[in-house]
Amino acid sequence: MNPQRLRWGLILAAAGMLLAPVLPLSGEATASLSARPVEFALTLGAALLFVAGAWRGGASAVVLGLMGVLSGVATTLGLLRDPAIAGSAAASFWAVVLAVWLASALCVMQLATMRPRSEPARRLLNIVIPLLFGAVVFYLWEVAIRGFGVSPVIMPAPSAAATRFGASLPILGIDFVQTFVRGVLIGYVIGCSAGLLVAIVAQRFSFLGRGLLPLGNFFSALPLVGVAPIMVMWFGFDWPSKAAVVVLVTFFPMLVNSLAGLAASGHMERDLMRSYGADHRQTLLKLYLPAALPFIFNALKINATLALIGAIVAEFFGTPTQGIGFRISTEAGRMAIDMVWAEIALAAIAGMAFYGLVALAERATTFWHSSYRT
Amino acid sequence: MTNSALALPATGAGSLRQHPLVLRYAPIATIVLTLIAIWYVAALLMNWSLVRDGFEREETPYTVSDVIAGTMSAERPLLPAPHQVISAFADSVFGYAPSAPRSLVYHAVVTLSATLLGFALGSLFGIALALMIVHSDVLEKSLLPWIICSQMVPILALAPIFVVVLGALGLHGLLPKSIISAYLCFFPVTVGMVKGFTSPDPMQLDLMRTWSATPRQVLAKLRWPSAVPYLFASLKVAISISLIGAIVAELPTGGEAGIGARLLAGSYYGQTIQIWAALLAAALLASGLIGLVDFAEKITGLRMGVRP
Repeated sequence: MNPQRLRWGLILAAAGMLLAPVLPLSGEATASLSARPVEFALTLGAALLFVAGAWRGGASAVVLGLMGVLSGVATTLGLLRDPAIAGSAAASFWAVVLAVWLASALCVMQLATMRPRSEPARRLLNIVIPLLFGAVVFYLWEVAIRGFGVSPVIMPAPSAAATRFGASLPILGIDFVQTFVRGVLIGYVIGCSAGLLVAIVAQRFSFLGRGLLPLGNFFSALPLVGVAPIMVMWFGFDWPSKAAVVVLVTFFPMLVNSLAGLAASGHMERDLMRSYGADHRQTLLKLYLPAALPFIFNALKINATLALIGAIVAEFFGTPTQGIGFRISTEAGRMAIDMVWAEIALAAIAGMAFYGLVALAERATTFWHSSYRT
Repeated sequence: MTNSALALPATGAGSLRQHPLVLRYAPIATIVLTLIAIWYVAALLMNWSLVRDGFEREETPYTVSDVIAGTMSAERPLLPAPHQVISAFADSVFGYAPSAPRSLVYHAVVTLSATLLGFALGSLFGIALALMIVHSDVLEKSLLPWIICSQMVPILALAPIFVVVLGALGLHGLLPKSIISAYLCFFPVTVGMVKGFTSPDPMQLDLMRTWSATPRQVLAKLRWPSAVPYLFASLKVAISISLIGAIVAELPTGGEAGIGARLLAGSYYGQTIQIWAALLAAALLASGLIGLVDFAEKITGLRMGVRP
């Protein structure tokens, strides 16, 4: 990034911080910013840090800027504890927020243009940048909800959802076991292994394969979650119906991808296996399946998300009184939106962890593939 | 004429089996027929005890053939036979005026309009996001990881609150559903288009540089044309996801219109045949929409001079 722009941006942020004590803090009558020693000192400190960052420039500007951002964040969160400010915050408060936003955006942009020479530093940077970006988004969400006093029925502040998450861990645990461990995992294992087995059989008998591939492609594009009400009717309200939906949803992507993967080995390798006199079983184990692994993992990754969606949607059609989907729909009906967000956070964490595990397994088993070799 | 006639393989039992059309469609037809046969057998087995109990409750004498006939025409079967589904489908498509709430056409149009609006919004948003990501290093590093993360979140779980919240804000009908569809389908478009926009060789990009092309010119003359195949591949994924989003978004709206509402009503009242007919409608809708995107791809390909 242009160093001049970084400098002027940081000076602008410092000006915003310095402007804050002059402006009115709230629509209601309350002490102004200069009358609150802690917050006032933090604001001045942030302004000083921004000016120092603008003066130094480069990498130290990022460090100084982020320190200023931190003290700005502390100021606003401290101010929000005053009920006269939360819900009716005025210019002074928003000046601090805007300054924090500007400075953090500048820091992220500066970080993104840095090209460290060592590999670990580069990797660290690739993690730090999105984390910073996410933290800023969460901060703005929190401050906007509480500063404007948005009704928690419409959208709760992230801190409210987090508090609710911490307070209702036992319920979340029950829901997690019901939806994820029983519905998703069992269905996922059955659906994926069935898809793989059918693909192996279809690869052996090419007539079957030529018929299954177009059909599999067709079925994997269909809105298969629609079968959820039928499965609930067949298998009852408890987890077997959810697992059945997951089986159906995960089967076809796995079938299509493994069929493609089993056809991925080259002529040369097949000829080599023939010249070794390998029978079909040996060729399958030593050549076809390893060559298909990248495709199989692709399907496993696609299915990780699909499975969770399928199980949650199936719960909308009837559950015993537990499960993520059940909780989301009943709590949304009771307008307890913070609990809904806590459940969504649970689903998000479960989904990401699931995906992450599959990705780790992929790295461990297909390290030889060209997409990982550098 | 004569040439093409000569090119046809000589007829005969052996060569008919080698005919390209037979080679292509015989396996599919075999499997489809097998599936239908399995379906009939399953319908027979699953409805058997249901029908037999019905006879025994009414204490009418019955034979095995009565029960078999009963399983094929039960009113609320566990698994309706294919011909029941098709006749129910045909009945609810052609039996009522298209605007009647009992007509499947009416529900399909409601879902279709939400799907198309969501698809349009989502694809435009996805392309815009891809453009921003390709042209900005900062966004690529800070935003792309979050976009990828957002897809590991079961977004459909958001659908009911979304509908509830937007309903509380006074938004009803098409828009909440389309927003859910759009949210679901922007991702494949973004990822595909980022790939597509970055697909030109470094050589080609260098050439544009030597001509001192502006970023906009590079986009219009090089990046955009080379991203077209990626665009259609991701649009095909996006439109089927968009349909799924629209259907699921109709679930919490309950008794209102749409294929999803039809599914929910069917499951509340145990109308299995209605559920299957709605599923058939969804399947036809999905394949029709994908066919449309396919057609658009072919037309665009022809106009851009792609050789078939």
